[in-house]
Amino acid sequence: MTIDLTDTTTSAIHEALTQARRRMGGPTSGMVLTLIIVTDESEQYDAVRAANQAGREHPSRVLAVITRKPRAESRLDAEIRVGETGPGETIVLRMYGALGQHADSVVAPLLAPDVPVVTWWPDEAPPAPGSDPLGAVAQRRVTDAASSDTPRDMLVTLAKAYQPGDTDLSWTRSTPWRSLLAATLDQPHPELLSGEVLAERANPTADLIAAWLGLRLGIEVQRGESAGPGITDVSFETPDGRVMISRPDGRMATLSWPGHPERRVALHRRETADLIAEELRRLEPDEVYAETLRALAAGPGR
Amino acid sequence: MTVELDGLAPASPGAIADLAEAASRRNPLRDPRDRRIPRVAGPCVLVMFGVTGDLARKKLMPAVYDLANRGLLPPGFSFVGFARRDWQDEDFAQVTYQAVKEYARTPFRDSVWEQLSEGVRFVPGEFDDDEAFDRLAATVRDLDAERGTGGNYAFYLSIPPKAFPTVVQQLKRSGLSDSGGHGWRRVVIEKPFGHDLASARELNAIVDEVFPPGSVFRIDHYLGKETVQNILALRFANEMWEPIWNRGYVDHVQITMAEDIGIGGRAGYYDGIGAARDVIQNHLLQLLALTAMEEPVAFDADSLRMEKEKVLSAVTLPADLATGTARGQYAAGWQGGRQVQGFLQEDGIAPDSMTETYAALRLGVDTRRWAGVPFYLRAGKRLPRRMTEIALIFQRAPHLPFSVTDTEELGQNALVIRIQPDEGITVRFGSKVPGTAMEVRDVNMDFAYGASFTESSPEAYERLLLDVLIGDPPLFPRQQEVEAGWRILDPVEDFWAVHMKPEQYPAGSAGPASADALMARDGRAWRRL
Repeated sequence: MTIDLTDTTTSAIHEALTQARRRMGGPTSGMVLTLIIVTDESEQYDAVRAANQAGREHPSRVLAVITRKPRAESRLDAEIRVGETGPGETIVLRMYGALGQHADSVVAPLLAPDVPVVTWWPDEAPPAPGSDPLGAVAQRRVTDAASSDTPRDMLVTLAKAYQPGDTDLSWTRSTPWRSLLAATLDQPHPELLSGEVLAERANPTADLIAAWLGLRLGIEVQRGESAGPGITDVSFETPDGRVMISRPDGRMATLSWPGHPERRVALHRRETADLIAEELRRLEPDEVYAETLRALAAGPGR
Repeated sequence: MTVELDGLAPASPGAIADLAEAASRRNPLRDPRDRRIPRVAGPCVLVMFGVTGDLARKKLMPAVYDLANRGLLPPGFSFVGFARRDWQDEDFAQVTYQAVKEYARTPFRDSVWEQLSEGVRFVPGEFDDDEAFDRLAATVRDLDAERGTGGNYAFYLSIPPKAFPTVVQQLKRSGLSDSGGHGWRRVVIEKPFGHDLASARELNAIVDEVFPPGSVFRIDHYLGKETVQNILALRFANEMWEPIWNRGYVDHVQITMAEDIGIGGRAGYYDGIGAARDVIQNHLLQLLALTAMEEPVAFDADSLRMEKEKVLSAVTLPADLATGTARGQYAAGWQGGRQVQGFLQEDGIAPDSMTETYAALRLGVDTRRWAGVPFYLRAGKRLPRRMTEIALIFQRAPHLPFSVTDTEELGQNALVIRIQPDEGITVRFGSKVPGTAMEVRDVNMDFAYGASFTESSPEAYERLLLDVLIGDPPLFPRQQEVEAGWRILDPVEDFWAVHMKPEQYPAGSAGPASADALMARDGRAWRRL
């Protein structure tokens, strides 16, 4: 059911929500969190869709915050969707005029009671998410450095403003790679002397993996460039030769190890919905991300 | 790769845990705070016997694919089938492909399938054919060389118990069961773990002779790890339940496993086994143990099993088995809008079969916490709907400051742990009916596990398989638990065999009248199915 409210208030939205739930036959409010998506008209469709897909795993109240026409008269329009896209509720909030500067006043009364709040900037994020009014209400703040034109600089900016609970989708994207690397090094292996991560030029995930490897292994890890797609190679120099995981096609990785048969493993790139679902799975501060981000910011620029 | 693993073959679950810890100490990329990185199985071969069965096709093969799709299988992972079929590797790969396409829960990806299919092998043969097992041994050794599986083999015996001795002995004879210090060996067996105490011990002796206890994984697929962990979290992560989780507040407990289906094609297995042996001995007693046990001192395998075994050893049977138990057989009737035949008319069932398709028991738990609180267990087929739950029914309030008419419709408070089909928790309590009159009526508060409506939450088999491949045994029942289950059930089965014929109940009804009478004698009633 979709309800459109124009020139409305949060209490009218509340009322509409309650009525919608009643008409749907039952106050099913097993929501586990509120997800605030700060976005714009062009991005909102994809972002809300991803959030709804993730909502299958984490039933949530999704608040999409869109600011429009800053010079128009202040006005709040709301579009409420219940029972259409999954177990949760979605409210698209369009804020006109000066109201756009005070989005938190609209969002605060709409947060689902008692459950955590996550704020996600799918596109442009504030330089200090934790101090942003919409970020301050959240336990977890999700940015995406890959959406920036200069992702590495953005990561450095985020590192400076880091507060516990910050996280970035470019870090989330690294999980399959990091998991494969960790599994590889679970096996008895020769001493690692140095490492290298090859990826497209603007790939913050590769920057983070290189920083993470350097930090955890205590070796020098170069970040080199390749034609892509995404990350193509991670390799280590060892006294026995080169241990390498290469993924030239963005889907199938080959693990080569001196003196052993080559082994292949699927290593695909994930959809935004999967990334968001992973982010929502754990809401405590990600300390490993924090350390990695700090190491990246302290490390040499390219 | 085999050489580096020298001397690391774990001998006991404790040693496995130590080994995992040692590995994480050695691997600086692993950090307990890094919760995103999953545990991934090490290089290994999964050898499956009984690949032509329904279970293999519908559950196991898809689970293997789903694990690969989630990135939880290592590079080089290999999957070997053994069966009496004139197949080549490609034929078996095709069968697996079909099964995965049809039953996998995660989206199909060509790249994942490519990775898997490179490691798929098939060895044709009979279980008593020495030469076939020698070929199997050669095949897995080739895989070690070709795909770097490191001499780590898991054997999944998806076969009838009567084939166990032959296969286990063949594994020993062909040298497959002996790691010789190179890698690990694990064996997975499925329920039924025998049909009584004696046969369970016999079966165990057969496996025990060849594999050490720490490497035997008994899979009780029905009780997925997710469910067990949900129950443990509900009980031991919260403060609000523990104070009332005892005889002071709980009136009685009902544990139900109802199925709407009949025996289907399982006549051969089911006849002579029956509902009690099929599900009460294992599933329902496990659920009882999880409900009734004390808090384990830690969530490791040993502490958990210790508590479960302790509470199972305190379980008592009713003094009079004739009134404290009930058994039934479904007769022809209407179930779910279709006319269905009775149990005795099913194909492959003798017209005078004494096997029960419905069983109910009243058990006691002789501990300070539970003395005097009956645990009613029931399991049956061709009941109105499919449903598994644990219901704690609380005592009535000692005093109600309302008039009798106000609370006429007020029942007993209940906490229901729903296990299937929609996993969750229901709390039932009294609430005032809106309006001017004072009237209190039962209402439900529902919680559904977020995971219950996601396609991507891991299926029971997936988690079980992964635990086997990682070597993490915590939630698999140990032989002692299996024996404890039989110790409880054997006297009932003996009594039934001599004194109690299964009573007919119409398909689609809630079970035999004697089961209702069992409850009525105690002044209670079964929860509606």
